[in-house]
Amino acid sequence: MNVNVEEKLFQNRYKVDHGRPHIQIKNPAVCSNDCQSQACTFVCPASCYKAEGNRTVTLITDGCLECGSCRVICTEHANVAWEYPRGGYGILFKFG
Amino acid sequence: MAKEHFDAIVVGAGPSGNAATYTLAKAGLKVLQIERGEYPGSKNVQGAILYANALEKIIPDFRDDAPLERHIIEQRMWMLDDTSFVGTHYRSDDYNKPPYNRYTIIRAQFDKWFSSKVREAGALLICETTVEELLMDGQRCIGVRCDRMGGEVYADVVVLADGVNSTLARKAGFHGEIEARNVALAVKEILFMPEEVIQARFNIGEDSGVVIEMMGSVTEGMVGTGFLYTNKDSLTIGVGCMLSDFKANPKRTTPYALLEKLKAHPSIAPLIEGGEMKEYAAHLIPEGGFHAVPQIYGEGWMIVGDSGGFVNAAHREGSNLAMTTGRLAAETVIAAKAAGQPLTAKTLAAYKAALDQSFVMKDLKKYRDLPEVLHTSPQFFTTYPALLNRAAQTLFTVDGVDKKTKEREILGSFKSARRLGGLMSDAFKIWRAVR
Ligand SMILES: Cc1cc2nc3c(=O)[nH]c(=O)nc-3n(C[C@H](O)[C@H](O)[C@H](O)COP(=O)(O)OP(=O)(O)OC[C@H]3O[C@@H](n4cnc5c(N)ncnc54)[C@H](O)[C@@H]3O)c2cc1C
Ligand code: SF4
Repeated sequence: MNVNVEEKLFQNRYKVDHGRPHIQIKNPAVCSNDCQSQACTFVCPASCYKAEGNRTVTLITDGCLECGSCRVICTEHANVAWEYPRGGYGILFKFG
Repeated sequence: MAKEHFDAIVVGAGPSGNAATYTLAKAGLKVLQIERGEYPGSKNVQGAILYANALEKIIPDFRDDAPLERHIIEQRMWMLDDTSFVGTHYRSDDYNKPPYNRYTIIRAQFDKWFSSKVREAGALLICETTVEELLMDGQRCIGVRCDRMGGEVYADVVVLADGVNSTLARKAGFHGEIEARNVALAVKEILFMPEEVIQARFNIGEDSGVVIEMMGSVTEGMVGTGFLYTNKDSLTIGVGCMLSDFKANPKRTTPYALLEKLKAHPSIAPLIEGGEMKEYAAHLIPEGGFHAVPQIYGEGWMIVGDSGGFVNAAHREGSNLAMTTGRLAAETVIAAKAAGQPLTAKTLAAYKAALDQSFVMKDLKKYRDLPEVLHTSPQFFTTYPALLNRAAQTLFTVDGVDKKTKEREILGSFKSARRLGGLMSDAFKIWRAVR
């Protein structure tokens, strides 16, 4: 099934902290060279991680739902530096 | 806020943090509560069923003004295969008499309301502020550092009510990273539609509601469940599976594709048809149970709610355990202060003792082996739902075949799918795990 997650995320309220992503890939080379599964690219519920053709993984945190999954599944390589956004920034649920 | 000293600092304004802060403030203690969201609830996600009992013990007259959606009069459990479901419905008019036992709620609104009670009780709440780390003096927690200028604040005790990710406890070394096999990742949507449509579709009155829990082929063999709850003028639909299973799923299915698949199921689609999607959310649920509960108190610190893994996955209870752990932690601090005792690990051990005496630890202990049984028995989410649906279809299809032959066929299909020994051992495993 082809599902457009952007359409879903479009409904959410979000306050972007420009230039200060709260999650970072520590060492991009690890994603390309050492990680076989690249599970973040399909487990992330906001599709923040994208597998590029050349085995690199890119991360754009706009739209992040702050669930923590990407950090927890990356135990083997521990390659995700994960913090909550600064106070007041990030996802703002109206219903939750 | 520099140099300010409090009796207690509570991190987080979810149900556990609000319960703790309310109880502490009500007893006259000087409490600071810190929440990273724009308002309490803006970061929080739940199904959401509110169990009245845990809140009643904190705010007995909460029904007077809490934002409650519908009280639940009917519980459905559905086993799905790709085109059908076999299910049970339990409805009782006894659930239709006040005081009601459970309600659907909308967490962002409920948390805001609970927080207003916390402030009325006299606590100081600061929002839009993320606590970055705990301030330690050797083994002892003496305060917190926030992401604001001069954001160091001190207290006799810090209560961590910071939810499932518990970044603070990990940074302080109180426990390690959560394991993917101990958390479920849930995604959900809220779908708006007119009240009358909901009432007609679910056969309910103006204030009453229905809960549907689902398992089966929709999770693609992953350990997990779907849910559909009726709110006043909206439905909540979601699905959650163990994070380790998402990671290992050979189909590499995304959580949102799984949710779409659930919404498109022929048994679900007519119930949600026409609903206007207004929000998409995701959250982890700590489902490791008894064996995954970390150390929850120490020198000047305590852990409550999801941060301590207090969720009963078998019964989908979490917010009530959160409120109860928050209250018991607060009562421990109040008693220690009243007795003039310092808030050391030795004194705070009373919190764990109180928890052990409560339904929280008793229930977690009862189901302590269930996560392991489910992990090692995917047939509960694949083979059995499929078999049951096939059996029902065989029985209910009138096609000239006699019933005895049909029964033999059904038994045969169960045996060939799981062999009798397997069936018996599954039954035994489940019985032992929930005994
Ligand atoms: C999809 C889903 C369905 C569920 N359904 C049910 C249900 O039907 N019934 C039920 O009882 N339970 C249910 N649960 C479980 C329930 O939601 C949780 O058990 C409950 O919310 C835990 O409350 P808490 O206060 O411990 O944590 P949370 O509600 O997660 O609150 C933590 C708070 O801490 C704040 N915070 C975190 N870190 C920091 C920091 N560093 N600085 C400042 N603030 C911080 C967060 O912003 C948040 O407000 C469900 C959970 C999910 C995800
Ligand atoms: S925290 Fe959750 S939503 Fe955000 S990037 Fe990680 S997996 Fe995606």
